[in-house]
Amino acid sequence: MQALSRAYSSDLAWSFRHSWTARISTLLLAVLFLAALLAPLLATQNPYDISQLFLLDSELPPAWAEGGDPRYFLGTDEQARDVYSSILYGLRLSLIVGFASVALAGAIGISLGLLGGFMGGMVDGAIMRVADILLSFPAILVALLVNGIARGILPPDRHADAAIWVLILAIGLTNWVQYARTVRGSTMVERQKEYVQAARINGVSGMGIMVQHILPNVLGPVLVIATINLGMAVLTEATLSFLGVGMPTTQPSLGTLIRIGNEYLFSGIWWVVIFPSIVLVVLVLAVNLLGDWLRDALNPRLR
Amino acid sequence: MTAPEPLLTVSGLKKTFDLSQPFLNRLLSGGGRRFVHAVDGVDFTIPRGTTLSLVGESGCGKSTVAKLLMGLSRPTAGSIRFDGHELAGTVAGEPPAVRRQMQMIFQDPYASLNPRWRVARIIAEPMKSFGTHPDPAARRREVDRLLEFVGLSAADGEKFPHEFSGGQRQRISIARAISTKPEFLVCDEPTSALDVSVQAQILNLMRSLQRELGLTYLFISHDLAVVNYISDWIGVMYLGRLVELAPADRIFAEPQHPYTRLLLETVPDISMAHRDQERPAGEVPNPITPPRGCHFHPRCPLANDRCRSEVPEFLARDGARVRCHAVEEGRIASFPMRKAG
Repeated sequence: MQALSRAYSSDLAWSFRHSWTARISTLLLAVLFLAALLAPLLATQNPYDISQLFLLDSELPPAWAEGGDPRYFLGTDEQARDVYSSILYGLRLSLIVGFASVALAGAIGISLGLLGGFMGGMVDGAIMRVADILLSFPAILVALLVNGIARGILPPDRHADAAIWVLILAIGLTNWVQYARTVRGSTMVERQKEYVQAARINGVSGMGIMVQHILPNVLGPVLVIATINLGMAVLTEATLSFLGVGMPTTQPSLGTLIRIGNEYLFSGIWWVVIFPSIVLVVLVLAVNLLGDWLRDALNPRLR
Repeated sequence: MTAPEPLLTVSGLKKTFDLSQPFLNRLLSGGGRRFVHAVDGVDFTIPRGTTLSLVGESGCGKSTVAKLLMGLSRPTAGSIRFDGHELAGTVAGEPPAVRRQMQMIFQDPYASLNPRWRVARIIAEPMKSFGTHPDPAARRREVDRLLEFVGLSAADGEKFPHEFSGGQRQRISIARAISTKPEFLVCDEPTSALDVSVQAQILNLMRSLQRELGLTYLFISHDLAVVNYISDWIGVMYLGRLVELAPADRIFAEPQHPYTRLLLETVPDISMAHRDQERPAGEVPNPITPPRGCHFHPRCPLANDRCRSEVPEFLARDGARVRCHAVEEGRIASFPMRKAG
């Protein structure tokens, strides 16, 4: 109870209550997360289950348009998949890939940044040179590379099942650099502080100092990066899927849906590409606005 | 009669920092190697239960001495004997049985406590790390006792450091330092970040701790009023060297070294406010290229050619030690100082 009231009166909560962008984007994200979480309940069909698809109903326009079918609110694609249900399941996949790759990138980046910043010298030099090299390539190129290697190693019949893991790995391995650089910088500052010297005097090991003392003090900026990174990860996933190297057609993510829709756009079937695109734009925009607000709210110089 | 062995004996302690450019840059741009002799041959002993203060201007190496003693920095040369153990080659926390006896209080009470840890955890850390109280419940009881011992309440253990004032934080720092029942405390300017009224409280706490626990202090400060209050012995440092080491009352009553006199004259005093004070000109030289001979000669009114070329020895003289050619040769008038600060 006391903790609740303290959280309510904190600077961050005050800033949140006085920021329209933060509140609207949180609301949008809450709706999208809930929709993804409750997809099996909200969807009218399971788009992965071929027995529920009726080819006669393919390429139906949205319910309100001429020739629309009220059973398929946002229309159907060429395989008679309900666009509305596909979006819910696709949103789910996009968010899973987004969160998992952010977690992977964060875990790698925080560990390496902490290690480099604390150890300094050769260890730091080696980690940061790898980071510099990664930074000199466009992220999508690195992701394509990791993706290609992973697919080359895996047998072809396993590609569809492994696609989600390959995507998480590819995006995670691409995005850790930002975490590593931020954490390294903060670690180098914290390492000099007297509480770290006090811990050394008392015989605390290097590992203990890094994990118990420094880590809690460098996580603030990481939260901001992770939020903005979630938007980027979702976009990267969509890009890879759009390029045909992400989620397969049988398990479409938002990016795959947009690719499928793109192929039929010029035959007048606009609904298959427009609706997933709107959801993707709203999702990424809301995440980015929330991240921007969080960055400003946590920056003491902007208060 | 044999005097008991002093708790701490430091001899020939040196610390040199290499400020040279990396090898390749030196090769290409032709710069030479550059060193800073932060601590340049320091000798002192601290008998059990007494306080030695090191005083000197910023950058004279007094904080580096503290770091060398605690193992936070590795000495370039010299020996540190603590309670019969040689510590010069060891790092902080090693060997635990000896290092447990040495603790440190830091200058900045805002940086010396981890802001994300509760006070009870901060105070318990040394006990946990050194294994003096393996049982968590016993550790917690000891934390409560320590909190009350330093003038806080046991309930404060649940709070975070930012909920305390500077003086209270320094009390927490002291509680952490005495949690492993050490014999020796290094206090690196523990009161310089505090208000004057709070300084006195912390100094009184430290004095009563010394009485009750029989602690030995190495006290580092630039504030002569504070030093006068707490010290048995005072060492005056200038550019990495000890220039005078004497009992506290002697330093204030009859300072020998010209630099000690300069320091004492610069203590603000209302009765001296309108008097012109003769003061050696100049500032502290750059420690990368210190003056040859006696480091103090560019500012010393008594400097001669010998001072400019030959490093003075740290000679014993009437129970004190002074590093000065003028004192050695009797060129310096033993002028009476005004009353002790």
